[in-house]
Amino acid sequence: MESINAKYVSQKISKTRWRPLSPSSLQQPDIFVTGSWDNEDNKISFWSTGNNGMSGVEDGLEGDPQLLCEHKHDGDVLDLQFLDQDRIVTASSTGAVTLFRHQQNSQTLSVSQHWERAHCYPCDNAPCTGVVCSSPEIITVGEDGRINVFRADHDGVVRVIENADSSTIHAVTYLRTTEILTVNSIGQLKLWDFRQQSDSPSQILSLSGDRVPLHCVDRHPNQQHIVATGGQDGMLCVWDVRQGNTPFSLMEAHSAEMWEVHFHPTNPDHLFTCSEDGSLLHWETSSHSEMPSFLQGGRNNSMISRSAMAPAGGNQSLISPWLSGDSSKGRVETTHMLPSQTLSVNSLDVLGQCLVCGTDGEAVFVNRQMPI
Amino acid sequence: MEEVDVEPAVTNIPAARAGKHLGFAWGPGNILVYETFYKASGASGPGCSFIHEVRKDDDIYSPILRKLFNESHHIFVGLQTIREDLPSKNKKSQFVSISKNYRSVLRACMEELQQVAVSTKDAEVSTQYGNQVSILLAIELIWNLCEVLFIDAAPAGSLLLHLLDWVRLHKADVDEKAREVLQSESPAEHQDYWDVVVSYVLQGRLEEARQMLVKQANLQPAARNLYKLMDNLLSKMPFYNPGGTQTPTEFDVKWRHWHGEVERCLQDNSFASNQHLELICKILVGDEDTLLEHKELLSTWYHFLVTRLLFCHPTVKPTELHYYAQSCMTMFLELRSVPEPLDSILLAAFEFDIHQVIKDCSIALNNWWFVAHLTDLLDHCKLLQSHNLHFGSNLREFLLLEYASGLFTHHSLWQLAVDYFDHCPEFGRVYLELQIERVPLDTERKALKVLRICEQRQMSEQVRSICKIMAMQALRNNRLGSALSWSIRAKDAAFATLISEKFLQDYCAKGMFSDLDLIDNLGPAMLLSDRLTFLGKYREFHKLYGEKRYREAAKLLLSLMTAKIAPRSFWMTLLTDALPLLEQKEVIFSAEQTYELMFCLEELTSSLNITAPSTDRTMQEEDIELTKVELLRLALARNLAMAIVKEGTVES
Repeated sequence: MESINAKYVSQKISKTRWRPLSPSSLQQPDIFVTGSWDNEDNKISFWSTGNNGMSGVEDGLEGDPQLLCEHKHDGDVLDLQFLDQDRIVTASSTGAVTLFRHQQNSQTLSVSQHWERAHCYPCDNAPCTGVVCSSPEIITVGEDGRINVFRADHDGVVRVIENADSSTIHAVTYLRTTEILTVNSIGQLKLWDFRQQSDSPSQILSLSGDRVPLHCVDRHPNQQHIVATGGQDGMLCVWDVRQGNTPFSLMEAHSAEMWEVHFHPTNPDHLFTCSEDGSLLHWETSSHSEMPSFLQGGRNNSMISRSAMAPAGGNQSLISPWLSGDSSKGRVETTHMLPSQTLSVNSLDVLGQCLVCGTDGEAVFVNRQMPI
Repeated sequence: MEEVDVEPAVTNIPAARAGKHLGFAWGPGNILVYETFYKASGASGPGCSFIHEVRKDDDIYSPILRKLFNESHHIFVGLQTIREDLPSKNKKSQFVSISKNYRSVLRACMEELQQVAVSTKDAEVSTQYGNQVSILLAIELIWNLCEVLFIDAAPAGSLLLHLLDWVRLHKADVDEKAREVLQSESPAEHQDYWDVVVSYVLQGRLEEARQMLVKQANLQPAARNLYKLMDNLLSKMPFYNPGGTQTPTEFDVKWRHWHGEVERCLQDNSFASNQHLELICKILVGDEDTLLEHKELLSTWYHFLVTRLLFCHPTVKPTELHYYAQSCMTMFLELRSVPEPLDSILLAAFEFDIHQVIKDCSIALNNWWFVAHLTDLLDHCKLLQSHNLHFGSNLREFLLLEYASGLFTHHSLWQLAVDYFDHCPEFGRVYLELQIERVPLDTERKALKVLRICEQRQMSEQVRSICKIMAMQALRNNRLGSALSWSIRAKDAAFATLISEKFLQDYCAKGMFSDLDLIDNLGPAMLLSDRLTFLGKYREFHKLYGEKRYREAAKLLLSLMTAKIAPRSFWMTLLTDALPLLEQKEVIFSAEQTYELMFCLEELTSSLNITAPSTDRTMQEEDIELTKVELLRLALARNLAMAIVKEGTVES
């Protein structure tokens, strides 16, 4: 925990994201972007975590994150995603979706595409709550219950699903290239298949009974049927979208709204969640460290009799530790990643060994030596 | 009323001119001023259409000071959770370290402001930041002194050491000068050389003074003995060691011995040949006139005070401080007749008059941050117990409330204020209740955050009001699903009824339900209001019907009417829904059920007939209604016949 670096930035941070690394790069990420909310003038800002190109400084002597450039943003930044290395898409509380380009040579930011009122009511703006992209496609969701599909190079909207949801859609993620998953404020997960022309979801999963609003969703990077969600009660739910309409496991996590959940992109035994209660948790499934990870699934399969639970087609070769039995009983270890603090942690991102998160206490925390 | 301590400052409002009338409204940390429409005077011309906001505490709008507020909020919350039952010795060290944390945050802020002030090209911004830096410097100076005197409450002996540290920290220009001198080609011949040496001695930094003197001694081999003698005097000066075994009396004896030695050197005229060394010797002996001749090196009366104590009264007791402070201030400031606010604040601190310090700071400084946090800390040290205000609850709470209210007027810092209100036992909750309802809610995310604050504190009234605002917003935008979700969250039965009604109207108009995902998943929330229950059950009927489970559907439909769940106005629709079931080939409604349906129909038509002659209905509509009733009667009769036959058949 000593390696955590806090920087106060004079704006409440709603989103933080690492810039993706080029596939060939073996380095750790060093540039991240933040979005602010609830300010008179909101901004998106690019930050560098030190060693500008000077790799090899690994002894924790790196200084504070340094501001590279910033740009005014109309309305709260409600979501933020990198489209590619140089372009980011933001979702605004005004309902607008904006594509920014970051010029790395001159360290400037410019608007390269702007969709005004992408989400709106007949006579008012509707906040755009979530965005997900897979270049060049950009999918946005909003409080108006609409799903929009944009293309980075098109002025207009490619596809709209009006009234996709009767309540607010809080987050969206890709399940496969043509399938997305949305979560809403009445505790439902909806699968949408864009190959179909129909404007209704191909599947609805829901928490039984309590209709706890869900705020975030992330898909397992390798096993596309495994999905983690977090909601208003701070519970972490792991779902297997292939089977059952209810979550596979429920784990007590936070005492207030869980704002974001992320699987580690390359080491999905690790998962991270942050919450309104001011904590950031690192979840680790007990991977059997003496075994190479690619053997894990098979081994679990033979040790734990799950045949009753396996799908009828049952030719799966890997069973994720996230789905191996009830994870609440000692299979999952959690650690707090932040020193005690009281204000909400709104966003986190993790890439390689680096973690960044932003809070309502106007601080950005960076940890570049994650034990992963 | 209390007397006014200082004349209030005048703020000019741009709109205010002779003959204009201004109205105003109080806010928590600001005032709204506007020109009123005053006709009687016969003033001509259009009125000014501006509303001016006059802020009391402008500092919260500074982006750099925001860091101070955020970081100190964290320290504040930490301080509130220090347990009451800790032994007081442990507590004291904790309080001192918290005080140091506050100061280090202040310092960091100051440095950043300084950097910006220097680097900016805008002269106005530069002066503005420069001013802020000087205010923060004063704050830090006062805080540090309060820490030494009140929180740490060092006893005789260590008290002076702390005061020395205090002066050294705030008179850091010596170090800068020393660096300049040392970096020059020959330091000993630098024009500021002796200034640096004397300044070191004045601050009691004798080790550094000796190192500087060595350089001079090397240049003057003839005077080597003289320098050696001075070096000897400097090295032998005893300093109290609070951690050691030495008692204060032993130290006193040792110090007197050394003092006598210095005095002898002066009387012998040992340094008569070197004016600089003689000056140092005079300082060491504590000669007041010599000290006062070097005002520009001391620069402040409190530096003079500490230096004088160092060389005359090293074992000064806290209770004697005020006497020396008063006399030093008069001696030092003889030319300037009126002491500045900072001087009187420091003097009040030396007099251990905490309340005067806080009062003077509140008047002199333009923000509440300092007094609120300092008072809170002193209150935790149990230094303010006896004092109660004749308004509000106590001084700590009053100042915290003022500070937090100021934060709450800020569009972004309002979240910090919540924790401050939490720790004001008497009025905090009332303040929070009044303020939290007024936070503008632009997005659901923000509404959820505000709701969480209210729910954690069981503020059910506010929870209801926020949910209602959100539900109304959703309703205005025709988002029935969202509106219903919000009213379910608020457990607002009346509003849920209203929205259910809308859903049913929608259905009657369009013949299909909107927002099925929501209505199908109501679960136990359905029981919130009768109308909502009906909505949920009616949808269930449609689902059963869709799944061709006719018998269950029929039973449900009938029970909706007989159990009086369905509103009377909706019965006709329900009966019409029964039509296709009646027309099925197999018998679905039993004879008994059919009787009940008939009863419902009759009840409905008779009640309609009583109130019927409404003129606004067109003939055509009337016709349709009549046909419907006729059709229903026919279908019911046929079904009854079939049911009787069937039931009879089964029995036989």
